[in-house]
Amino acid sequence: MPWTREQMAERAAKELQDGYYVNLGIGIPTLVSNYIPPGMSVQLQSENGMLGTGPFPFEGEEDPDLINAGKQTVTELPTTSYFNSADSFAMIRGGHIDIAILGAMQIAENGDLANWMIPGKMVKGMGGAMDLVGGVKKVVVVMEHSAKNESKLKHRCSLPLTGAGVVDMVVTDLGVFTLDKNGGGLTLIELAPDVTLDDIRSKTEASFKVANTLKQ
Amino acid sequence: MNKVYADARSALAGLLKDGMMIMAGGFGLCGIPETLILAIRDSGVKNLTVVSNNCGTDGKGLGILLDTRQIKKMISSYVGENKTFMQQYLAGELEIEFNPQGTLAERIRAGGAGIPAFFTRTGVGTQIAEGKEVREFEGHRYVMERGLVADLAIVHAYRSDTEGNLMYRKTARNFNPPMATAAKVTVAEVEQLVQPGDINPDQIVTPGIYVQRIVPVPNAVKHIEQRTVRKRQKADAPAGAGVEV
Repeated sequence: MPWTREQMAERAAKELQDGYYVNLGIGIPTLVSNYIPPGMSVQLQSENGMLGTGPFPFEGEEDPDLINAGKQTVTELPTTSYFNSADSFAMIRGGHIDIAILGAMQIAENGDLANWMIPGKMVKGMGGAMDLVGGVKKVVVVMEHSAKNESKLKHRCSLPLTGAGVVDMVVTDLGVFTLDKNGGGLTLIELAPDVTLDDIRSKTEASFKVANTLKQ
Repeated sequence: MNKVYADARSALAGLLKDGMMIMAGGFGLCGIPETLILAIRDSGVKNLTVVSNNCGTDGKGLGILLDTRQIKKMISSYVGENKTFMQQYLAGELEIEFNPQGTLAERIRAGGAGIPAFFTRTGVGTQIAEGKEVREFEGHRYVMERGLVADLAIVHAYRSDTEGNLMYRKTARNFNPPMATAAKVTVAEVEQLVQPGDINPDQIVTPGIYVQRIVPVPNAVKHIEQRTVRKRQKADAPAGAGVEV
């Protein structure tokens, strides 16, 4: 059984550590906050200028001045701080954020990531994604393995890049891969329950190695 | 010298010219100077280059100036919430220069700080770096980006004294403080206008030196783009948890 969106988020949450400062992207990555283990302290950064992002507000308590980077209403925590956009990206670019978990349209076996535009079709802009993948210590991508029966793990990205050689780990609905940015390529380290190595081979365009310790 | 103006129209009088570059604060519809945007619409000024992280939504924020076709070019990081934008862009009526959000923020900060250019890792190896100088420092490649200075900045603040010392509220701060520093003239719309001495100097975010004109907007309308809430019984929900409605 491939992992559900929630299970993918739960798997990505295992990359968090106590004391981490974390930036979560829109979509499946947002669900990661539901799987922070009890007792673990992590602070969520919203690149619009907030550290210590709290849960959604109770009905009737929404504040238009208090949103996350997905423009969703959120709340303050006792640990919260606010800062301007230049300071926010100084924090990101300066390597102070421990981990970013984000979605992607394509990943290449050399760690390239594409998630911001489809020429002639989707022209929305990259927002903060290019700064995040270039500046954060560890970049974890959570995405469906395939789109329209086509592997999203590529030899080379065909879409315009968000970052070159920036991805450390990919969690898909079929398994988990690590990426060695120093030329070591893509390695499969885990399979989702009842997913076989042959399933992954048949659905993956990118070349990859298989870890000796592969959990099946 | 009096910096306080009675309304947005008089606060902008003499400042608007066709073809000028305007910085507009805000992230999405949060912390946007919408009263000043409406006054710019009413002035009829056109062929504007607007520097802003986003371009409003349909009919709100900077979307107001798209409807009237007063914008020639946007310098932004994300414009995905606006159908009018897409239509005008695909029809070739509107130019867009995409900047990574942090690069945009730093270009503005640098412009205000008298720094004409800087090097950043953001965008190296992507089409953002095409045509720009790339230089290696300590084994990593960096792309050169330029500081930005506008003719006019319009910002939204929570509280100001009559000297233009500004405070912001929560995430409505965003691009407003750097933009206030990076224009020849900065006009601030403020929810609360108080007297000098009424704001603790330790809590002033934008010193009044950056603000030339102030207009009180006590009844400014604030918009919510994505209203997300949780139910009362989930009182102990972890950060970010909840249901979208």
